[in-house]
Amino acid sequence: MTDPIFGRLDLSSLSVWRAFQDPSLSELIGAGAAMAVILGALATLALLTWIRLWGPLWRDWLTSVDHKRIGIMYCALALIMLARGVIEGVLMRTQQAFGLHGGFLTPDHFSELFSTHGTIMIFFVAMPFIAGVINYVMPLQIGARDMAFPVMNQISLGLTATGAALVMISLVLGEFSTGGWANYPPYTGADFQPGPGPDYWIWSIVLAGIGTTLSGINFAVTIYKERAPGMHFLRMPIFCWTVICTSIIMIFALPPLTVAALMLAADRYLDFHFFTNDLGGNMMNYVNLFWLFGHPEVYLLVIPAYGVFSEVISTYSGKRIYGYMSMVYATMSIAVLSFCVWLHHFFTMGQSANINAAFGIASMAIAVPTGVKIYNWLATIFRGRVRMTVPMIYATGFFYLFVIGGLTGVMLANPVISYQVHNTLFLVAHFHNVIIPGVLFGLLAGYHYWFPKAFGFRLHEGWGRAAALLWIVGFSFTFLPLYWLGLQGMPRRSASFGDPSFQPMLWLALFGGMLILAALGSLMLQLWVSIRNRVQLAVPLGDPWNGRSLEWSIPSPPPAYNFALLPQVLDRDDFAEAKASGRAYAEPAVYEDIEMPDNTAIGMIVCVCSTLMGLALVFWIWWLAVLSLGVMVVSLIGRTFRTDLSHVIPAAQIAAEHRAWLARVRAAPAVDRLAETHDRNRGRAMPERPFAAGAAE
Amino acid sequence: MSGSNLHPGLNLGARHGSAHEGAETVVFGFWIFLMSDLVIFGLVFASYLTVANPLGMAGGPGPADAFDLRSIFVQTMILLTSSLTFGFATLALRHEKGRTVIAGWLGVTLLLGLAFLTLELRDFAHMIEVGAVPQRSGFWSAFWGLVPLHGLHVALGCLWIAVMLAQMALLGLVPVVKTRLLRLGLFWHFLDLIWVAIFSIVYLGGLMP
Repeated sequence: MTDPIFGRLDLSSLSVWRAFQDPSLSELIGAGAAMAVILGALATLALLTWIRLWGPLWRDWLTSVDHKRIGIMYCALALIMLARGVIEGVLMRTQQAFGLHGGFLTPDHFSELFSTHGTIMIFFVAMPFIAGVINYVMPLQIGARDMAFPVMNQISLGLTATGAALVMISLVLGEFSTGGWANYPPYTGADFQPGPGPDYWIWSIVLAGIGTTLSGINFAVTIYKERAPGMHFLRMPIFCWTVICTSIIMIFALPPLTVAALMLAADRYLDFHFFTNDLGGNMMNYVNLFWLFGHPEVYLLVIPAYGVFSEVISTYSGKRIYGYMSMVYATMSIAVLSFCVWLHHFFTMGQSANINAAFGIASMAIAVPTGVKIYNWLATIFRGRVRMTVPMIYATGFFYLFVIGGLTGVMLANPVISYQVHNTLFLVAHFHNVIIPGVLFGLLAGYHYWFPKAFGFRLHEGWGRAAALLWIVGFSFTFLPLYWLGLQGMPRRSASFGDPSFQPMLWLALFGGMLILAALGSLMLQLWVSIRNRVQLAVPLGDPWNGRSLEWSIPSPPPAYNFALLPQVLDRDDFAEAKASGRAYAEPAVYEDIEMPDNTAIGMIVCVCSTLMGLALVFWIWWLAVLSLGVMVVSLIGRTFRTDLSHVIPAAQIAAEHRAWLARVRAAPAVDRLAETHDRNRGRAMPERPFAAGAAE
Repeated sequence: MSGSNLHPGLNLGARHGSAHEGAETVVFGFWIFLMSDLVIFGLVFASYLTVANPLGMAGGPGPADAFDLRSIFVQTMILLTSSLTFGFATLALRHEKGRTVIAGWLGVTLLLGLAFLTLELRDFAHMIEVGAVPQRSGFWSAFWGLVPLHGLHVALGCLWIAVMLAQMALLGLVPVVKTRLLRLGLFWHFLDLIWVAIFSIVYLGGLMP
């Protein structure tokens, strides 16, 4: 029987206690990570108290419903989790480099590492980073004041943070699943893993997944209903098109994950037989449900990154994106095809050859629209005025490396080849090869590109270049050797191995891992240096890169209401066209009052309650689970009884702020593209040449 | 319908002013949420169908041992009628028949919903009695994953109706209450649609010789 108050939580749940009992290196590493989490949390709390930031943090951030602030908080969450994910990755590289007949980690600890690494990198790095960039950029690009549902947006962030918190807590209390990021039953069922590990996975995924579904609804409705006058669908920046596709995937592909995880929960908690070995359970249902989510998921991740690259390449080449319509069609095709290929994740699990062939062909077909995009980007660069800024370095790395990853994907889409290399490091190399150069490089490019918009100063260029090059070279050293190892037959997810011929390549991969660690360090240093030099790097006038879309037509950082007057859009790349024709920075004849939603604590209530609920469910503390769910439901319903939930910003205040900014813009010298990364750049760009010159199309 | 329709389904109409215009975004958003919920039900249906066979029943009781079609038929009629009464409530809202009429129809809908849930719970008790429990087999796991999921939705719908009755009393027919009633209507009819599929696939399909 479990304790009525503490459930199955006891002293042995503490990983520090376990290390005390059994001070092996493997346990000590686990305990060290737990201590890092605890000390990190305590240090943060102490620091916030020390510099008296609780009030501003609560008022300006945690209770904010402003899409820009929510976006920044998503990105901050992603970067924190990225640090843990990278460290785990390097730890695994180290274990394997010394893993001939052993190594220093126990197999179970190694399995926990690849499970948390995968779960964190997908759900708590890539997803929040994408949600953050979309949140920040998309409403500005379509000329909206906020998301369609600002409060729901805050709740989505709260639920995502809950999932991340549960994974972090699993370092301290209990342990995480050893079943990989896909968490396949029956291995993760109650028979084989009775402990709290898979339950952590289930509740962090379910709660964060619900948040993501709500985000998808929010993004889609915002684009469908909140575009500025004249912003027709075919005038939207390509990034917004990728957001539509991604939100459609969020709406349709997250439910299978929720269903699969909740069915697994029913198996584990209530002795159901959805996926058990006995009594008519069918684990293939799980595999199908999971990948029905899992494959669209990878396109959910990479499609917005394509959107970022489209914006970045077009801006830094000083040209319209080449082949706008074909970009739109290609993005849509990828989104639709992403739902037709899930079976290629388990070619070897017993379907007939014909089914495998059909899914193999569908998978290869995705290479066609992807190729269209690559050629469009290359054609955009062709004869453009290219500046090799940090985002362009990432884009260049993306071109070379992503194409390799895509081609190995086409290889794996062939069931015959899949039979040979499945479950080897070849596969590990392939998916890292698409996700890091595709998703991560895209997001980092976006981070550098839009950072000045969000904070009013540029990121330090030198450290940014160092980080970008380290990422590119570090990635290549880490993952390209894994192709070779996979072809030699080294299985994935193995803590140790017996064939000494694997060793040289594993050492090479470890060297790459060190470079990636250095890349992460450079990113942190860059942020530190940039904040210190924020006065020299300031670009408050809003347009440091000679931008083309609406977000560059407003101050940096933008006011809470985004646009003093909603823009009237006349063209694709409207701001570039406005600068060329001289209608940019015009003063509106009349300003109007703007109604904005009030701050609310509901997102934090949901976040805290759902974290407690998840923890209670993991440790069978039933009273706490019921209590926290109850508080959450009552607060959500209680809020609907209030009707005074917005405030009005008077037209006079808006007029004063806008006129002051316009005056500074007119007074500032326009900076040409050679001085883009110099201190002279204050965010007023000099128009380069007549818009839509012959070579541009 | 006229060109003043701002969203699919019954519109309030232009004379409702800001409530009508505000409905465009929120009702559209709710349709999208329903699509997502529909995907959930579709997947649970699919899982059910993969185990609705002797292998999935693992030697345990089958549908014929546990289903009571007479009770199911009564439940079906109750739920369909509740959709009709909700329709009357929405029409009363659109044509401004006043709070009492709207609340009356909502009250009838709520009672029908509760009656449906009572009969459903009685059926579930009977199933537990004959050993048709989720712990018995994959088939019953899938059944208990699907039909009570719909029941849970109906229960949430009932709670929502109760909340709306309270809001109509406390806040009056302000725009936000009107658009919430529109969304609640969509939700209620959606539950009916799911039930029609459950009735046809689970009950009629299960009892087919």
